[in-house]
Amino acid sequence: MAETVLETMGLTMRFGGVTACDAVNFKLKARELRCLIGPNGAGKSTFFKCLTGLLRPTSGHVLMQGEETTDWQTHEIASLGVGIKTQVPSVLDGVSVRENIWLAARRFFPTKEANDKAADIIDRLSLNDIAKSEVGRLAHGERQRVELGIVAAGDPWLVLLDEPAAGMTSEDVERMIGIIHEMARRAAVIIVEHDMQFIRSVATTVTVFHQGAILMEDHVEKVMADETVRNVYLGKKA
Amino acid sequence: MRDFSIQRLVISLAIAAVVMLLLPLGMNTFVLTPLLIYGLLGMSLGLIWGFGGILCFGQAAFFGLGAYVYAISAINIGESTFPMLLAILIPAVFAAILGAMMFYGRLGDVYLGVITLVVTLIFFKFMNSTAGPEYVIGTARLGGFNGIPGFQTLNVPGMADEYIYGDSLYYVTFVILVLVYWLVNGLLQSPFGRIAIAIRENEQRASLMGYDIRARKTTLFAIGGAIAGLAGALYANWAEIVTPGLFSLGQTAEIIIWCIVGGLGTRLGPILGAAGLGYLKFLLGQQAFLDNAIVMGLILVLFVLFLPKGLIPAIEDIWSLSVGKRRRRRPARRRKRRALSNG
Amino acid sequence: MDLAAVIVVETVYIIASLVLISAGLAIVFGMMKVINLAHGEFMMMGGYATITAVHLGVNIYVAMLVIAPLVVGLIGLVVERLVIRYLYGRLVDTMLATWGLSLFFVGGVTMIFGNTTTGISTPIAGVSVGDYQINGYNFFIIIVAALLVLAIWLVLKGTRIGLIARGTMQRADMADALGYSPDRIYMATFFAGSAISGLAGAVLAPLVGLVPSSGGNYIAKAFITVIAGGPSVIAGLLSSSTIFGVVNQFFTFAISPVFGEVALLVAAVILLRLLPQGITSRFFRGKM
Repeated sequence: MAETVLETMGLTMRFGGVTACDAVNFKLKARELRCLIGPNGAGKSTFFKCLTGLLRPTSGHVLMQGEETTDWQTHEIASLGVGIKTQVPSVLDGVSVRENIWLAARRFFPTKEANDKAADIIDRLSLNDIAKSEVGRLAHGERQRVELGIVAAGDPWLVLLDEPAAGMTSEDVERMIGIIHEMARRAAVIIVEHDMQFIRSVATTVTVFHQGAILMEDHVEKVMADETVRNVYLGKKA
Repeated sequence: MRDFSIQRLVISLAIAAVVMLLLPLGMNTFVLTPLLIYGLLGMSLGLIWGFGGILCFGQAAFFGLGAYVYAISAINIGESTFPMLLAILIPAVFAAILGAMMFYGRLGDVYLGVITLVVTLIFFKFMNSTAGPEYVIGTARLGGFNGIPGFQTLNVPGMADEYIYGDSLYYVTFVILVLVYWLVNGLLQSPFGRIAIAIRENEQRASLMGYDIRARKTTLFAIGGAIAGLAGALYANWAEIVTPGLFSLGQTAEIIIWCIVGGLGTRLGPILGAAGLGYLKFLLGQQAFLDNAIVMGLILVLFVLFLPKGLIPAIEDIWSLSVGKRRRRRPARRRKRRALSNG
Repeated sequence: MDLAAVIVVETVYIIASLVLISAGLAIVFGMMKVINLAHGEFMMMGGYATITAVHLGVNIYVAMLVIAPLVVGLIGLVVERLVIRYLYGRLVDTMLATWGLSLFFVGGVTMIFGNTTTGISTPIAGVSVGDYQINGYNFFIIIVAALLVLAIWLVLKGTRIGLIARGTMQRADMADALGYSPDRIYMATFFAGSAISGLAGAVLAPLVGLVPSSGGNYIAKAFITVIAGGPSVIAGLLSSSTIFGVVNQFFTFAISPVFGEVALLVAAVILLRLLPQGITSRFFRGKM
């Protein structure tokens, strides 16, 4: 069995009186592909932000490859080899696609290797046609793809994706799923998503969040068939 | 590729040399030297604001600090070489400390502007109040409102009696300007410079990539401080006196106007803006009808309203339109707005 | 005992003058998120308007309390129509443009009045407290500042206009949908802010020798008081004025007036570092 690369213990995040994440215990193994789902306000995005250092958890621990990263800054976590994609595409609009990916690669490789790495990623994600374009001028789907390229450029061992399929055409989504599967061959991947269609097509283990806690964790088909999960999604009392 | 860049370097150096030799034919070097110094000062703000996205309203603080450090240490030491180095080093260290305080506190644009402006005013107020005999550093009296005159001016390194002034000061300043420009250019093409631009474009993405934006902004800010300090030291040598006016609101405003007029995010813009507006100020000083401030103020308002990108990008746009080539540069504003709506 | 009384009055006076200096800027920043760097020049022009009116034979109180606010308010109106309204939502650009206006006004006033110090004497005699002498005009400043804060509070809290203004500042699109033109409201707010700046400049004019560059003395103080105050207009204004006023007075008495000024600025830098969103982002939250 593969080792655990990411673990949270009693991870809790409160905003004033609201508990967005309530003592979440979570484990992820190397090269595992995991989806986090749950209705709006279930706490999955808050959980994600606690993992990436964008939020400081109120209490609890985050461990990455056995190292405690609970109160680390985002850049420190990223420097460990964690590729992160936020909900709203976060790219460098004023520079070219190649420069975006090169900058991401340069963090982990010296200049020459970063050049090769960027070229490789551009090939793999078929960004060649737009490699020299300024990212700010690209369509939404292309920008999402560029961001995946940025995430992949550092050869991460852990990839965190927050709603990667949001607002994309079905064609783009299919391409995206291909890329994600390829990433999952080298890295553990967590995807936060509430689009069931998307999750079905990724077909993997799913963790269901509800009211700040983990409701269940199982293979996607079993989760879909579960009565409680259905009720949660339809807004009934669980 | 390599050959091409060497060729370009040779051509630019040749152009610089020709300009350096031609300018004194049309103008007095005593008028030209401060224009070059302004160019250097404009470049310092252009670097941190245009490429680092750091909104600094107090570049005059480093300029004035460089001038005062030079004057005070030149009086105490005599020979000018070490004071020149100090005048670069101390503003750089000061900028690093100030920058660390601001960037590690994650202050937003407006607060950065406020703090840097206030720091400049602290210097201004403090220096103005140092008229008394108790304000002495070594053998140098700070002199309050009247400033510090009569310090050792620039000399050939190691030879305290071989002064560099007049025409020679012009040539030395020109060479320093070209050298610093070349260094800044290299910096911007290096990974450090490219990452600085990444931070300007999107701080969150840069830190998600794993870059420590606080440390990098602090470093860039210190480099800007060093260049401004060097400009201040050269200015002290040209004027042969330093006064609190170097820290004034008007001084710090002018640096900003140079950058806006020349074009933020361009390498030559702030230098040309500084030299051009510096010359305009000189011409305005020749007559009594129009006040300098009214013209500078009007220029700033009009540029912000009608040409916020500045002259160099506008000329590039016109050029590329007429040649029919597509430009890649986009106005910074659109990006800014998007970044704001994301936050 | 007498000294204590004098120090208390002096401290209250410093706080009151900080309130006066900052009120106009606070309204414009708090309600419109526009930082008017020409604010100091608006005050300076209020001073010049007063002095000119007095020289023309107008009663000094009429000049200070009526003419100066009107003149500066009208200048503000022109500025808003010609420049500011094109820059709403672009914080940095408005700062730059108003900085340009600030230079423009300094230059303009220099051309009209010359670069020399002008002034008028205070219309109120001094008051003796034991061995000490207090400038009687200080009491006038304190009263004006108190009335001004009260008036702003009443307008915002108690009137329909204040309600509409506050609503527009929060959701301009909503107010627009309800039939209130944000454009007109911004215009009116800027007029009011400018008029208050003019009033402040006028009331403070008898205490200082006025030069065209006098605005520079005000802008930094006004700027930091408003920014340090944070999002709530009145609570922010009062709390940061009090902190800075006390710091200023303490160092003025302990060392020298210049150190009082420097200490105030240093305190501001430290405060902003600790509370980057201003005092009222943490304390007095939700107040006006």
